[in-house]
Amino acid sequence: MDFDDTPEEAEFRLEVRSWLAEQASAYSLKSFDDLSFEQQLSLGREFQARKAERGYAKITWTQELGGMGGTPMQAVIYEQEEEKYNFPTVFFAISLGMPIPVMRRFATEAQQQRYLKPALRGEEVWCQLFSEPSAGSDLGGIRLKAVRDGDDWVLNGQKVWTSYAHISDFGIIVTRTDPTVAKHKGMTFFFVDMKSPGIEVRQIKQAAGGGEFCEVFFSDVRVPDGNRLGEINAGWSVAIATLMEERFAVTDAAGGGAQLEDTMHFLRRELGEGDGGLDDPCVREKIADWYIAESGINNFYARLLTGLSQGQLPGPEAALSKIVIARKLQAQSADIMDFCGPAGAIYPDFQVSRANDYRIAWLEAAGYRIAGGTDEILKNTIAERVLGLPGDIRVDKDIPFEELK
Amino acid sequence: MNFDFSDDQKSLQDETHRFLRDRCDLSVARIVLDDQQQAYSESVWQEMVELGWAGIAIPEQYGGIGLGYLELCVMAEEMGRFLAPVPFSSTLYLFCEALLNGASETLKQEILPQVATGKLVGTMAFAEGFGFPGRDRIGVRFEGGKLYGDKWPVADAMIADAAVVLAVNEDNEPCLCFLDLDQEPVHRRQLESVDPSRGQGGLEFFGAEAESLTAFEGGSGNSGWQLFQRVLNSAAVLFAFEQIGGADACLAAATEFARERYAFGRPVGSFQAIKHKLADVYVGNQLARSNAYYGAWALATGAEELPLAASVARVSAIQAYEYAASENIQVHGGMGFTWEADCHLYLRRSRSLALLIGSSGLWKKQVTRELERKFV
Repeated sequence: MDFDDTPEEAEFRLEVRSWLAEQASAYSLKSFDDLSFEQQLSLGREFQARKAERGYAKITWTQELGGMGGTPMQAVIYEQEEEKYNFPTVFFAISLGMPIPVMRRFATEAQQQRYLKPALRGEEVWCQLFSEPSAGSDLGGIRLKAVRDGDDWVLNGQKVWTSYAHISDFGIIVTRTDPTVAKHKGMTFFFVDMKSPGIEVRQIKQAAGGGEFCEVFFSDVRVPDGNRLGEINAGWSVAIATLMEERFAVTDAAGGGAQLEDTMHFLRRELGEGDGGLDDPCVREKIADWYIAESGINNFYARLLTGLSQGQLPGPEAALSKIVIARKLQAQSADIMDFCGPAGAIYPDFQVSRANDYRIAWLEAAGYRIAGGTDEILKNTIAERVLGLPGDIRVDKDIPFEELK
Repeated sequence: MNFDFSDDQKSLQDETHRFLRDRCDLSVARIVLDDQQQAYSESVWQEMVELGWAGIAIPEQYGGIGLGYLELCVMAEEMGRFLAPVPFSSTLYLFCEALLNGASETLKQEILPQVATGKLVGTMAFAEGFGFPGRDRIGVRFEGGKLYGDKWPVADAMIADAAVVLAVNEDNEPCLCFLDLDQEPVHRRQLESVDPSRGQGGLEFFGAEAESLTAFEGGSGNSGWQLFQRVLNSAAVLFAFEQIGGADACLAAATEFARERYAFGRPVGSFQAIKHKLADVYVGNQLARSNAYYGAWALATGAEELPLAASVARVSAIQAYEYAASENIQVHGGMGFTWEADCHLYLRRSRSLALLIGSSGLWKKQVTRELERKFV
C-alpha cells in the first residue's frame, strides 16, 4: 500500500513537470486581473496550441487524432502537475470535456478531420447547449424545437446556463423533434455553428458576479441534416453518452476555496490568541472537521486513482466527491467569516488575487452545489446506480411530451 | 498509485469473512448479549486460536504467524462486520501492541508465545471512571513493583489473563505496567454496558505484582506516556477498520430492507427521503474507509504522520458507524427497534467503539494539534 507512481508513471510525471516548468514564465500568471478578457483568452489559446503540439490536449487519444496515445492515468498525472500552476485553461475545459469527445464518437470521419484538431489547439471553442428554462436536472424536459425542412432543420427556442457560449464557435445541442411521443423518445442531437443567423447569445450575470454562463436564443436557425449526431429521435442516448463521457478531473478537496494551511496561518496572524483565533476551542474543532472531510476526499481519490492506474475506469461512486466538496466549501467559508467577526463580511482590496478567497468562495459555493448535477441528483445517482435502489416512480414516462405540464 | 490492499491481503479478508459468516454470524453475538453470564464466545475464540489468528501479527520469533498491520486491518474489518464477541481487539490491538512496542525482550519471549497459542487473553486498562486519562489524571500508582488503585471500565476484564495498565510511578511519571491478572491482590468486577456483546469490567489492584514497560524507543520525553499514545494510535486505526466493517453491514442491511419493504404501493427505497439518507450513509462510509486506509498506510509504513492519520481515521470511523447504525434503525421503522431485529446490536457496538479508546472530541483535538505541528 503506497501513494507512489509506477516507474512508468514517474517517468511521465518528470517529463510533464519539466515541460510545464518551461511554459510557466510565459503562461502561468499569479493573477489574470490585469489582463482584459480578450488578452486572457488569447494567452489561453497560445498555451493550448503548445499543449496540443505535445499531445497533452487529449492525452488518451491517438496521435492521429491529436493526442499522445496515453493512459487515463497519464491524463490525470498531467492535470495534477498542470494544476500546480495557474495557466489560462478555463476556456477550453467544457469544450474538450464533453462536446469534442461526443464529436469524436458521433460525427462523420470528414467532420472529425475538420473539427477535432482546431478545438484541441484552442483555435475553436465549443459549448454544450443542454439546459433550458424548463429543463435543468430533468434534461428530458427540453422544448427547443427542431423541424425538418428539406435538407435542413429549423431550430426555435432557448437554451440556458451555457458556459462560455459567448466565446464559442460551435456547440452541441439537444432538441425536441417529436412532441407526440414520450419525452425521452422525441429528442435529436446536432452540432451547430454559433455564428449561424438567428442565434443570439446573452451573458447572464450570476449571483456572485461572474458572467461565463449564457442564455442562447434560437430564432429560425437553419442546421443542415449533416450536422445531426445519432439517429433522428435518438438524441437521449447521445445525451447520456455525453454525460457519461470520461470526466475524471483532478479533485481539489478545497474546492477552489482557501487552503487549510493558509487558513491556519491567517487565523494565527489576524486573530492571535483571542476569540476566533487558533487557540479558540470552537475554531479548533472546526479545523478538525474540515481536515477530516478533506482527507477523506483526498484518500477516496487516491483509491479511485489506484483503480485507474490498474485500468479500471471509475464508476458512479465518483459522484460523491462533488457532494462533499461543495457542501464543505460553503460551510468552511462561512466558518472562516464567522471567526473574523463583522469584518468577515468585508471584501479586501484584491491587490493580488481573488482566487482562493473565502468570502468569494462562500458565495460561489451556492452555485457549485447546483452546477454539473445538484447535490440531490447526485444522491439519486449514488442511491440508484451504486446502491441499486429502485428508480423513482415516473409520472411522465409514457405520456406524449406535448401532453405534459 | 497503489493505495489498496494486496491480493494476498484481500484473500485473507475473504477467508476471515467466510469463517465468520459460517461460524460467527450475528446469532453468536446475540447469545452473548442475551446471557449476562457469558462474557464472550469461548468456542469461536478457540476456533480462531486454532486458525492461528491470535498470533497473526506476532512475529515468528515469538511464536506468531508474523503478518503485518495491513493483514490485521482487513481482519479487523470482518470482526466488525460480524460483531464477533471475542477478545480479538483487547488482546491484539491493545495488549500485544503495548508489549511489542514497550516490553523487554525477556517479557516478550515469555508472554507473546502464550498469546499466539491462545493460552493467554490480554487487555489494556487505562480509564478510571468518568473522563479519559490525561497525563495528570492517573490515579493508579506503581510503587515498589506493585500496583494500587482502580481501573474501570476495562474491555474483557472478566476473561483476560493478563493486562497492561496505565499508572504513575514513584517519580509521578506515567508508565505502562504489565501484570498477570491471576493473583490475589487483583479484584475483578463485572460491569453492565450498553454493548453487552463485548464484556467490560473493573480491575482493582491492592498491591499486585507488576512490571513496568520501559523499552519504548519512539517519540521524545516521557517514554511511558509516549508508549501509551503509540498504542492508542495503533488501536485507533485497527478499531477504525472494525467500525467501517460494522458501518458497511448497516448500510447493506438498510439497503436490502428498503428494496424489499413496500409502503404506499412502492418499495420504500424508491422514495428520495430514503435514497438520500442512504446516499449520505454511503458517502460517510466511503470517507471513513478512505481515511482508515490512510491510517493503515501510516501504521504499516511507520510514517511520522501516524498521530494525524490515526486521529483522522478514528473520528471519521466513529461518525460513519454511528450515523449508519442509527439510520439503519430509522429505515427499518418500528421493526428496527425490536430486540429481535439485529439493528440495535450495531447501534450498541457503534456507541461502545466510539467510547472505548476516547471519544471523537478528544481525537479531534489531536487532529488539530497535529495539523498545527505540521503547518503553523
